[in-house]
Amino acid sequence: MIDFPILSLLTFLPLVGVLFILLVRGKEERVALNARRVALYTTIFNFILSLYLLFNFDDKSAEFQFVEKAEWFGALGIQYHMGVDGISLFFVLLATFLTPICILSSWNSIKSRVKEYMIAFLILQTFMIGTFCALDAVLFYVFFEGVLIPMFIIIGVWGGSRRVYSAFKFFLYTLFGSVLMLIALLALYLEAGTSDIPTLMDTALEYNMQIWLFLAFFASFAVKMPMWPVHTWLPDAHVEAPTAGSVILAGVLLKMGGYGFLRFSLPMFPEATEYFAPMIMWLSVIAIIYTSLVALVQEDMKKLIAYSSVAHMGFVTLGIFSVTTQGIEGGIFQMLSHGIISAALFLCVGVVYDRLHTREISRYGGLVKNMPKYATVFMILMLGSVGLPGTSGFIGEFLALMGAFQVNTYVAVFATTGVVFGAAYMLVLYRRVIFGAQHNKDAAAMKDLNKIEYTCLVPLVLIVLWMGIAPSYVMDRVAPSVEKLITKYESRLKQSPAESIDIATNQIGTTGVSE
Amino acid sequence: MEILAVFLPLIGFLIAFLFGKSIGDKGAQIVTCGGIITAAIFSCILAVEVLFGGAEHSGDPRTVTLMTWFTSGALSIDWALRIDQLSVIMMCVVTIVSSCVHVYSVGYMSHDKNKARFMSYLSLFTFAMLMLVTSDNLVQLFFGWEGVGVASYLLIGFWNHKDSANAASIKAFLVNRVGDFGLALGIFAAFYVFGTVQLDGLFEQAEAKKEMMMSFFGFDIHAMTLICLLLFMGAMGKSAQLGLHTWLPDAMEGPTPVSALIHAATMVTAGVFLVARLSPMFEYAPDVMMFITVVGGLTAFVAATIGMTQFDIKRVIAYSTMSQLGYMFFALGVSAYGAAIFHLMTHAFFKALLFLGAGSVIHAMSDEQDMRKMGGIWKKIPATYTLMWIGSLALAGVPFFAGYYSKDMILEAAFADHSWFGNFAFWMGIAAALMTAFYSARLLFMTFHGKTRADKEVFDHAHESPPVMLVPLIILAFGAVFAGWAFYDMFVGHHQIWGDAIFVLPANDTVTAAHHVPYWVKKLPIVMGAAGLLLGWIAYNRIPAIPVMTAKLFKPLHNLFFNKWYFDELYTKTFVKPSFAFGRLFWKTDRNVVDGLGPDGVAKTSYGIGGLLGRFQSGYVFQYAFVMMLGVIALISWFYFKADIGLVETVKATVEVSN
Repeated sequence: MIDFPILSLLTFLPLVGVLFILLVRGKEERVALNARRVALYTTIFNFILSLYLLFNFDDKSAEFQFVEKAEWFGALGIQYHMGVDGISLFFVLLATFLTPICILSSWNSIKSRVKEYMIAFLILQTFMIGTFCALDAVLFYVFFEGVLIPMFIIIGVWGGSRRVYSAFKFFLYTLFGSVLMLIALLALYLEAGTSDIPTLMDTALEYNMQIWLFLAFFASFAVKMPMWPVHTWLPDAHVEAPTAGSVILAGVLLKMGGYGFLRFSLPMFPEATEYFAPMIMWLSVIAIIYTSLVALVQEDMKKLIAYSSVAHMGFVTLGIFSVTTQGIEGGIFQMLSHGIISAALFLCVGVVYDRLHTREISRYGGLVKNMPKYATVFMILMLGSVGLPGTSGFIGEFLALMGAFQVNTYVAVFATTGVVFGAAYMLVLYRRVIFGAQHNKDAAAMKDLNKIEYTCLVPLVLIVLWMGIAPSYVMDRVAPSVEKLITKYESRLKQSPAESIDIATNQIGTTGVSE
Repeated sequence: MEILAVFLPLIGFLIAFLFGKSIGDKGAQIVTCGGIITAAIFSCILAVEVLFGGAEHSGDPRTVTLMTWFTSGALSIDWALRIDQLSVIMMCVVTIVSSCVHVYSVGYMSHDKNKARFMSYLSLFTFAMLMLVTSDNLVQLFFGWEGVGVASYLLIGFWNHKDSANAASIKAFLVNRVGDFGLALGIFAAFYVFGTVQLDGLFEQAEAKKEMMMSFFGFDIHAMTLICLLLFMGAMGKSAQLGLHTWLPDAMEGPTPVSALIHAATMVTAGVFLVARLSPMFEYAPDVMMFITVVGGLTAFVAATIGMTQFDIKRVIAYSTMSQLGYMFFALGVSAYGAAIFHLMTHAFFKALLFLGAGSVIHAMSDEQDMRKMGGIWKKIPATYTLMWIGSLALAGVPFFAGYYSKDMILEAAFADHSWFGNFAFWMGIAAALMTAFYSARLLFMTFHGKTRADKEVFDHAHESPPVMLVPLIILAFGAVFAGWAFYDMFVGHHQIWGDAIFVLPANDTVTAAHHVPYWVKKLPIVMGAAGLLLGWIAYNRIPAIPVMTAKLFKPLHNLFFNKWYFDELYTKTFVKPSFAFGRLFWKTDRNVVDGLGPDGVAKTSYGIGGLLGRFQSGYVFQYAFVMMLGVIALISWFYFKADIGLVETVKATVEVSN
């Protein structure tokens, strides 16, 4: 397995696709079609390839697997180091799975600069997969930040009417965090003398250093997440992004923040995590309630779902920073589930947007009559988003809350109110779009899902149900890594200087008595 | 067989829902009805096995594990079917009533365009309900719990072109979610205290941990009280107990078979089932039991007062349901679990009968539901008329009908508890019994007797329902007549079949004590029932001026009852409107404060600088470079600063050394 560089292959295969697209010449229409095809085939092939990971993953092991190491900046000790464990495995799969769906969903809706659009998506995929596979902090940073560029272009070029404002807002927000993270990375490197992530995880840092580094990393991950109150870029970015842009943004990009917390913050700065966890849990609670209420009054479908994303991500941070088995596993599961559900919901919005070119909720109504298939798909996704048991949305939310309850009952009680608010805005949205009288003729004349839309949505719906009914397939693979993370975290907390002295003196004391 | 009994309805749902078009309406009806009737037969066979089978015929409870649902650390949850005395009884009630409703729906929905969808939802509901009653852990129970909620949501809003139906379905879902909020927290707390959510694990540890305290919301609270209180909150939502009841009357927007199945016979009794199922825990939470008794008593009373004043035939029955659920709850509160389940069963029969009968009336009257526009139709629909009488007599607790046995048992148990709350519930129940009989009579006389107030056209058109609707009614009527007499001994008599399914502390055994209450306690409910019926007959048949006069005389009271004690208005003002107001406020905050101070503010400030520099460059790359530069500057200054400190320290050290 070591000989076969599967992770690098996954990461850089899309770039091969880019090369092919660049080589395409001819009439514009011809180029567009070929670009679409190349992108689709590349990403589908990449997805199939990524299944190799899934089938060969050792689900008993908590170690990094499929590891690749190569010299990069030899003198500085910065390496090209890749690998996945239970935490990152499914994020890689999420990225390889959603990209072909994105490409397929833009098949007809993107008409201008198709070639460039496809190139942007392929590059984006490289960066996304790289982010989740990188085991060197510098390498991680390159991928993590690299994501910004294609995404910025996708929003800024193929977006809606206020795309430039939104693109810049997105860019500046994330960059603000990135700059701080870059500084922190350098400090970390200087302090520990390495940028190797597994090594850094075992390096004990001084308390003050931890606090500062934690805050700097937090700035970056919190924006990516996004957490309240640095979430305002998300609704704008979603609203203006083209459908596929929203899908990938909600589906994968938002997960990079949560992944960052698990890869850096918890293992490297355990004492700082301990210190800041209550604050972050409260921020999560605010996010859940605040953004749910905001979602309730939205008139724009995409904005509503964007705000709901912030609330759902609130459950993720809540779970992760409870630092309990249930909490972290719930957080991870919630990210995966949200990746599927919100991606599918944005596709659903895209379906009606393509037909009527408006996202205003009040322009629709009574769609169940002319689009019954659409109504069914939307219904299942809506229930998934609401967190109905039997869908994937339930497991993550439930476990995250259960984790939080063990640590802080105040937080758990307030956060659980989110299940009521969350149901409120989704049900109201569904009622206004799908049910009721058909008061708009053009909405009433819309056709039901076409073949492409059907192909995009049905797998997502099936996964939502599968992950709800038999989530152990995913959870069993995640569990060992989470277990290791928590064990290490707790042992590191015990070893913190003040306590370690106590233990030492105690031991001396007991030995003294026994003598 | 256990698996088939539970999953046949699911299969029916999947086939009818996914392939409804290809198999046609007929096909869908056959598949769903066939599935559910088979499930009912299997359930009955299972019931006989579990209740009377095994060695020495003492029963044969078992658990069938299907597969692991999910595992997370110490939390491990299976998909499993727990088949014991309590669950088989529930399975029988659910599947039998559901079969009747399925068959009835074939006739009732014959004019509807979406027959397959309707039948499939009914089957989906039945499946979820069966998962609920057979679950062997709290999380699967929660699955069934929310599953029936969704099915109810879908069915209430079945006529989704009607705004009122959509509003009602959302309201039902949300109010239930408020209850589920408590239920979920209860599950978290249970896991926190016991480290498991398996029922067996919980029950084993219950006694050992009965004194345990836990910290919750900054208070040290008796753990069992907290857990049970939170779980009971879920029960309050689902079973429409006072405070979380407002969704139930509105749920009558759904087609009538739905009201019969979900909002009378089965789903709303899930709360009763929950408390009975968890009796080994609730027994150690006496404060919660007291609370349950009081809530149950109040619900029985308040709902009955409202029921007396409503004009919509379905709403009258809905409030009656709520009132009867109140009875079941105060029975639970005084540890008379057997009596509660007994009433649950008899109620399922006669209330489903009443609802389906009302449906038959509505069907006959061209979809009219207002009793003020009915009257005098008994000759037109004699079969429905007779069946409605049977249902009403059972409800009013007239001797030898089913309701008589179970309701009397509950009242006697409440009295036998000899506690202040038991007494409170007893008198509330007695008052409600009077009112129950009264509104039952009112319903019958307003609908069937006197001169008709319907349009001539409607009246002439009135016709008896087809056999496909009447046969299920007759089956239910059979239950409404004989279920009490036949099962008295098994549920609350001398040969109880509960085994280990229900746990009662010896000190709380009110069911046994109930057999020894004073004579007047035993007879009072009958007197009340007779008096209520008589009053109803006088007021709505003999001297029609009385209701009008009374309403005028006690205007404030009548207004209070007629407007349902103003719960809806209160909730709209305190919860619904503020939620939207806060939503708008927060949204404004987002746009003005967060964005204003954050990105937009920063953007404005940097716009000046950027604009200046921007003349030299163009394109987005510049922006990136610019911020990068800022970063580099920050970095350099940081190093410089650090180096500076180092310098100062070196200087200090040098000075010290030189000194």
